[in-house]
Amino acid sequence: MADTRAMSRRIGVCFKPQHTRAVFETAPDIGFFEVHAENYMGAGGPPHAQLAALRADYPLSVHGVGLSIGGAGALDGDHLARLKAVVDRYEPVLVSEHLAWSTHAEGYLNDLLAVPYTDEVLSTVVRHIDHVQEALGRRILLENPATYIRFRESTWDEVDFIAEVQRRSGCGLLLDVNNVEVSSVNHGWDAKSYLHRFPVDAVEEVHLAGYDETADGQGRRFLIDAHSRAPAPGVLALYAGLIRRIGPVPTLLEWDTDVPDWDTLVAEASRIQDIIVAAFPGTENRHVA
Amino acid sequence: MWPETQSAFAAAVRTSDHVKPAAVVGDAARFAVYRNNVAVSLRKALAETFPVVKALVGDEFFDAMAQVYVRGHLPQTPVLLHYGRTFADFIEGFEPASDVPYLADVARLERLWLDAYHAADAAPADISILEDVSADDLDRAVIKAHPSLSVLCSDWPVYSIWQAHQQTDAPDLSAIAFGPEAVCVVRPHLEVQVTCLPAAAAMFAESVLAEAPLGTALNGLPEGADASAVLLQFFQSGAVAGISILDH
Repeated sequence: MADTRAMSRRIGVCFKPQHTRAVFETAPDIGFFEVHAENYMGAGGPPHAQLAALRADYPLSVHGVGLSIGGAGALDGDHLARLKAVVDRYEPVLVSEHLAWSTHAEGYLNDLLAVPYTDEVLSTVVRHIDHVQEALGRRILLENPATYIRFRESTWDEVDFIAEVQRRSGCGLLLDVNNVEVSSVNHGWDAKSYLHRFPVDAVEEVHLAGYDETADGQGRRFLIDAHSRAPAPGVLALYAGLIRRIGPVPTLLEWDTDVPDWDTLVAEASRIQDIIVAAFPGTENRHVA
Repeated sequence: MWPETQSAFAAAVRTSDHVKPAAVVGDAARFAVYRNNVAVSLRKALAETFPVVKALVGDEFFDAMAQVYVRGHLPQTPVLLHYGRTFADFIEGFEPASDVPYLADVARLERLWLDAYHAADAAPADISILEDVSADDLDRAVIKAHPSLSVLCSDWPVYSIWQAHQQTDAPDLSAIAFGPEAVCVVRPHLEVQVTCLPAAAAMFAESVLAEAPLGTALNGLPEGADASAVLLQFFQSGAVAGISILDH
């Protein structure tokens, strides 16, 4: 597997097809590109041509959104085989999935739905991650969720649950700092304490994104993990504190809805690059563009 | 138990009622974020696949129609590029859209476009591969269609309507002569090509897609059709991946 050290001090961004021309014309100094695995599960055509070209110049991260690792039923073997085909073909440096579910008997719901934190779900998730890691022949990273509700039956704290999944399965972790902020505001947790308790030794990637802010039925401040704008100042402050404490880690700027033009995305990535440089003064301050 | 809780969650996410499952802590407005994400993201996926259908009926009508479709037709795989394969059939039976009789065929064409976009790659074959086929072999030679090739024969001017929407969302359709059209969709390299086919070319393409021997495909052309012109145009469009000679 490729070395992630070179990636850890340079910000990565999601690759969007509408940026193809800008990316290949400007050859930006981006640490890595991340793609959603499911967008590359067609047989051929422009998506594969673009990804192959990108792969020739940049480290890749493959982020799955459809495995439904938190689902009660068995994993979808066909889907796992499709993920394996993408991973085998592009040999990404990082492969990640979510602590969530999205598929049920009637079909695919196309959202990352919450799971209860119980012993039963813990065993299921660990079994599913074992299955995925065995099929892919490599370690995957599991991402902490952004959630809007909790379950009555939950008996585990979220951080303890994730730490135990990690310990039992040996997976790596993708720490989404925006998700930490979203869930903390929504459930009245302390985001800093969440991050301090998080098993950071297993963290191999960080996600940063922007949330939408609204109010719930009781008029309380309520955040939605929308990936529709730049990360909030509070999220960037949490991130700065995190990397000062745990060291540099490959970091991705996610922006999936209302995707801006390439220059705007790059400007935002450069802002995060400045945070990395400030935290690690030895880092060469090459701007992204 | 999680299987039961998950089923209740899935059912509540799919209803239009403002309810939340009993297992959930948090008010209904919070749970509604999940319901909204599911419904909106799938409607958006349909809008992205069927932009001309959307332009023809308007955003509001499309959204309402997509909402009904999503309720009855969840994706059967997390690979959303396959979503909406039954949308055209659904539109055909969707009564409120019945005064736009060509709408279903426009949806069929847009779905074929997306299939061609994601189809397996193959180098298009040159017509010179026919030099190896002797006259005696015509009934054993089968043209292998390019993996991206499809043909849509419509009672409506579906190509003209689709083409008029490629530059603008609100084209003037009054100049379009209403009558049947056949459309060829193929992606020989990286760009999907959509062309209107004359009747003879459409019949030939359909024979190739049905894996008919070359002799049969040529014999099936209408009286007076220029067989060599049809063949040449077919190859030049990039619709051929190769040729195979069947054993007797």
